[in-house]
Amino acid sequence: MTKLDGNVLAGRLADVLGWDATAADVRCAACGAHGAIAVTVVYVTPMGTVARCPHCDSVLATFVDGDGGRVWFGMPGISALEVTH
Amino acid sequence: MSAPATTTAIRKHPPAGWHVATVAETRPETRTARRIELDVPTWPGNDAGLHLDVRLTAPDGYQATRSYSIASSGESTRVVLAVDELPDGEVSPFLVHDLQRGDTLELHGPLGAFFVWTPPDAAETPRAVQLIAGGSGVVPLYAMAAAHASAGDATPFRLLYSVRTPEDVFFRDELAGLTASSAPLQLDFVYTRQVPDGWPTAAGRLTKAVLDAAAVPAASRPLVYVCGPTPFVEAVAGWLIEAGHRPGDVRTERFGGS
Repeated sequence: MTKLDGNVLAGRLADVLGWDATAADVRCAACGAHGAIAVTVVYVTPMGTVARCPHCDSVLATFVDGDGGRVWFGMPGISALEVTH
Repeated sequence: MSAPATTTAIRKHPPAGWHVATVAETRPETRTARRIELDVPTWPGNDAGLHLDVRLTAPDGYQATRSYSIASSGESTRVVLAVDELPDGEVSPFLVHDLQRGDTLELHGPLGAFFVWTPPDAAETPRAVQLIAGGSGVVPLYAMAAAHASAGDATPFRLLYSVRTPEDVFFRDELAGLTASSAPLQLDFVYTRQVPDGWPTAAGRLTKAVLDAAAVPAASRPLVYVCGPTPFVEAVAGWLIEAGHRPGDVRTERFGGS
């Protein structure tokens, strides 16, 4: 398992959201801390990718690759995501 | 009604997309790394510090995607990478040993809205920049230093580069050139395994004392960019905060071993 940070999510986020959200703020639903997606703690495994809160270690988001280009994108621990128009 | 002008304009970055790149040139960068120049006709240009994802697809459909920092910046459709081989890696051994001129690669980019440096515009107050590299983490930081030089930007720039041996230095000649440019770069090396002849200190890992001595002090409020393996980045980022740098001024990018 490789421990990285949220910078590595840029490509995945561009695919699922349509924009590179690594500089956007996210708020942790568990502890209320917030910060750029780039500073979240990211674990990459063959099964998928998990982003965790750098303050309380709660799971913020998950990416699991299915067949045929499908991605299961979960956001179990994000209470808000900053979006700039 | 037109939108009012704001003083904090959002800087627009080129959108990320999928591209087909053709290998224009490859050459050894170090004993374990290769410089790869790609022609990407649809590339929108990129700011310094960004990365791209390379996706390889096996004949059976299996895909592997890895992120690589971009050593170049600007509007050019020539994109430069410098890839260090991870012996157990799935993608880097192919890129370092097997990729040939004329081969095509599938790319996603430019990526990385967070780990980016652009020359200050007229409305911004310039801030000194401290770059801190561990190993091949120097690639995006070299791109920043080169962009600083080509912009003729007067912002003080300093690079602290932790590297195993003198032979492992990426962009050796280019970095030496940047230190002599009109927008100078101050370059400091830490050698972790073997030092050059006549070097005043023994080989060893970067320490907090060396960092404190070789980095722009926190009192100057520099922007700090740290890129390297995860344990390196975590140690350095911790020391920077202890030294009084604000967390928001320290931008980090970690890479791992796969």
